[in-house]
Formats: sequence, structure tokens, C-alpha cells
Amino acid sequence: MLQILFDALSLGSLYALGALGIALIFGVMRLVNFAHGDVIAFCVFALLWPSTDAMAIVFAGQLPWYLLVPFVLLCGAGLSVLCEIVVFRRFRKANPATMMIASFALGFVIRYFLLMLFSSRPKSISLLPELSQPVEILGARLPLLQLITIVATMVILIGLTLFLRQTRFGLEMRAAAENFSMARMLGVRANRVIMGAFALSGALAAAIALIFGIQTGTLDIQMGASIMLMAFIATVIGGLGSLGGAVLAGFLLGAASVIMQVMLPIDARPFRDAFVYGAVILVLLFRPQGLIAARGTKERV
Amino acid sequence: MSHLSAENVSVSFAGLKALSSVDLQITPGRISGLIGPNGAGKTTLVNVLTGFQAPTEGTIKLDGAALTGLKPHQVRRRGIARTFQGGRLFRDLPVLDNLEVTGVGLGMSRRAAIAEAEAMLDWIGIGALGSRIAGTLPYTDERRVAIGRALMGRPAYILLDEPAAGMSAPEARELSALIRHIAGDLGCGVLLIEHNVGLVLGLCEHIVVLDSGAIIEEGPPAAIRDSEKVRHAYMGTAANTDLPVLEVME
Repeated sequence: MLQILFDALSLGSLYALGALGIALIFGVMRLVNFAHGDVIAFCVFALLWPSTDAMAIVFAGQLPWYLLVPFVLLCGAGLSVLCEIVVFRRFRKANPATMMIASFALGFVIRYFLLMLFSSRPKSISLLPELSQPVEILGARLPLLQLITIVATMVILIGLTLFLRQTRFGLEMRAAAENFSMARMLGVRANRVIMGAFALSGALAAAIALIFGIQTGTLDIQMGASIMLMAFIATVIGGLGSLGGAVLAGFLLGAASVIMQVMLPIDARPFRDAFVYGAVILVLLFRPQGLIAARGTKERV
Repeated sequence: MSHLSAENVSVSFAGLKALSSVDLQITPGRISGLIGPNGAGKTTLVNVLTGFQAPTEGTIKLDGAALTGLKPHQVRRRGIARTFQGGRLFRDLPVLDNLEVTGVGLGMSRRAAIAEAEAMLDWIGIGALGSRIAGTLPYTDERRVAIGRALMGRPAYILLDEPAAGMSAPEARELSALIRHIAGDLGCGVLLIEHNVGLVLGLCEHIVVLDSGAIIEEGPPAAIRDSEKVRHAYMGTAANTDLPVLEVME
């Protein structure tokens, strides 16, 4: 039972972090960033030297964790900010559909860049192997990583909340997320706020990449895409643009996946995702505006 | 003497004249009124004065220096603030943060912005509302917060775009008192745009009447009240708009 709870929490953590990364950017510029998953993939491959061999040549992956973690986070933030400057800045005034398509294109560019450097073969890597050791908590044997994932996610969520509540930058970002043009008229530094949102979102992508890389031990160019899909769904059911909603929905999705994995009859388990998506459709039928509707995106009468 | 003025301002949208050759002056410490039927161009004039809309012709001057071409936040930093129809607060943010972010946008430090935001809410008499989420406030409080937000940084001029819309008579009376304080105690030059003509007649020293983008009359309240042209402008559109309240409010 405890095992199920921890499974749900750690899977939910990944979805929640992903959803948060998407919601942050959607909040400030109404962009659904489908390149987010590829930023995740990029961060994972930043651990390796470029090579098309099946054997992974570990580069940053060999660093001790206190260097490894900041390195990967910086990679994610850096790439994300670069995407903003090179691509999205030019679409600032475009409609959301155009921006979304631009993000698809950008995602492909990043993916094929990785493909060129690393080939499409999945690579196995042993990152921080000490984290895979089980620990015993209240009679359940859990991998240490699962605990660290949950704790790290909580720390990130609390840190982000404090950042948004307590800093000047956070204040400007909350205002800009709700009504960007009004914030700009009041003198909020628009470019810095948007770049900040991209940097944060990229760092969140990097955190997912790290956790995922350590968890699975295999690096695959497609890996970002699967999380991205769930994370995107989480932002939609959370209420697009609502950060709290994105996190909540991320955890709910994680829980739903894990519970269905356990509860569904054996024969139906391969179709677990279909059941999860079915549940998503049900939620959206009853609450099309999402669990927590962001006021900024709602039409005002 | 310092003043904010629109000189010979015209605005056209795709050939349609929204304003034609409008002159208007606002002086610190005085309350001026801008009235006119729906679609007369009142909000367009406010937009031009605050940098939200570039004039097709004419200039906006602050103490004789041209402001034309400045962005809204640059105009705001020069001490010209405005409110918007319906308040347009950050509805997910607490009231205090609404004011604070405005202070920060004006270049204040956070600490200074918080201190001024608190002082401003107290001055308006809604100090207790600081931690409320703006979107949960009743209508009248929302309007007062919007005015507080506009007063951050102590602007020399404040342009109020329909602050009394939807208010009951007692609420509008309270608002009148607040506007008097803004002009009297803070020394702000106020431009009051209102549908509630009674409120404007009771408050303003000088009133400008716009109709179809042009000034059809201006002068002190008594002259406006008796003006045949003003009456005609309102009656002419009475069929498709609401009739203004013409009795003077004390």
C-alpha cells in the first residue's frame, strides 16, 4: 500500500514538474510550448559526449552530484532562454496557434540535432548508482531515488512558491501571467519576466531529465515526448495557466496511472493509458475550464 | 503654471474620425470633467493622453514639452496616471500586490513600493483589504483599489475612466468625496470621465462635452447644464443609449 503511494507520488512528481514548466510559459505568453519535451531530452544528452556509438561516452554524468545537478539545470535554463531569444521572441505578437506550431518546429530542430549527434539508439548509462539502493521505510522497501524525487519535487514547489510570493521578480511574473499587457503598461520589465519564465521552465525540464535518467538508466531521444504529453494534459486539466492547477493535475495523473496499473484486471493493464486518457476526457467534460481556472485566461463579462 | 494638455488632437481609425481637433487642458489641484454620449470619443481621448493611442494629428504636452510618441509606462513615469473602465485589476493577486507591482513598475524598490501601497490603501480607507484577492472584492471596493493603484508614485495627474459606473447613489457620493480629496489633499489634476452627468456637474470646475469626436461645449457646470447643444446631443442618442442622470448630486 505504501509502495503504491510512493509510486504514485514519484510519478506524479515528474508530471507535476513537467506541467509546471508548460504552465509557467503559457502564463506569461499564452504559448503552449511543445518543445518542452525536447528540452528535457537535450538535458539528458548533455550528460554525454556526442557520439553515435551504442556505448555511451559519459561526460558530465561522471561529475559528483553537487556539480552534476547545477550543470544540468543550467543546460536546461540556457537552452530554454536561447529558444526564447532566437525563436519565440519573434512570435510575441503572433496568435497562440502560430506560436504553438513554431514550438513544434523548434522541438523537431532540437530532436534532430540530438539525433545527428547521438543517433537514435537508446543508450544506457549508470548515473549516481548509489541512488538505486533500496531503503526501508515503515516496512516498505523503496528505492532511495523515489524518496529523493518526491523530496526534491516538494523542495522545488516550495522554493518556486516562495520565489513567486516573496521576490520582486516573482511579483512581476504573477502580474504578467495574469494580464501581460496591463503589466507591461504599468512598467513591468516584460522581456526579463519572459526570459525568467523560460529559464525556470528550462530548469524544471532539466530536473525531470535528471530524475528520469537516473530512474530508467536509459537515454532515449523520444523520452521527453512521453512526459511532455502527460504534462501537457496535466496543464489542460489543471486549467491552462494556473500553476497550482498544473501541479495538482500532475499528481492526480500520476496517481491515476499507478492506481490503474494495480487495480485493472491483468488483461486490461496493457491498455492502462487508454483508461487514463478516458478519465481525462471525463474530467474535461465536467470541468472544461480545468480544475482550477486561471482568471486571466477567462473571458470577462 | 504646469498643466497637461491635448492640442488640436485628432484620431482616425481606418478613415473613421474618433476625435477631431480636440483641445483640452488639465491643471494640478483642479477637477475637470469629460462627458458625452456613448461613442463620443471620451476613452479615445484618455488613451491619447496616456500614450495608449498615438494621435493621428496634434500633440500631447506636459508643461509645454511634447509627450507624443511615449509608451504608456513612460507617460506613467512622468506622473500621468489613469484608471480603466471596469477597474482591470490583477484579479488573482492580493490587493496590496496590485499596488506594489505598480510601484515596482515605476522604479521603486520593493520595500518602498510596499510601504507606499500600505499608506495609499490607508489613505483611501481600505487599509483592511490589503490581503484580499482583488477578484473577490465587491464592485465598489474594486474601483477604489483601481484608484489606489493609479495613485501609486503620487502622479501629478489622474484620469478616471468611468469610476462610478454601476455604483448606487450613496456609493457614488463616497466616490465624489474621494475624488475631491485627490484634487484637494494630493494636489492632483483630475480628469473625470463619467456617464453619470450629475456626478460630474457636482464635482467639476470645468466640463468639456464631446460628441462624435468633437468638442461641442465647454465651461463651468452651470453653463453645461443649461446648454441647449448638450441637451440635444444626449437626447439625439436617447433612443439607443441610456439617458444620463441630469440632477446635480451634492
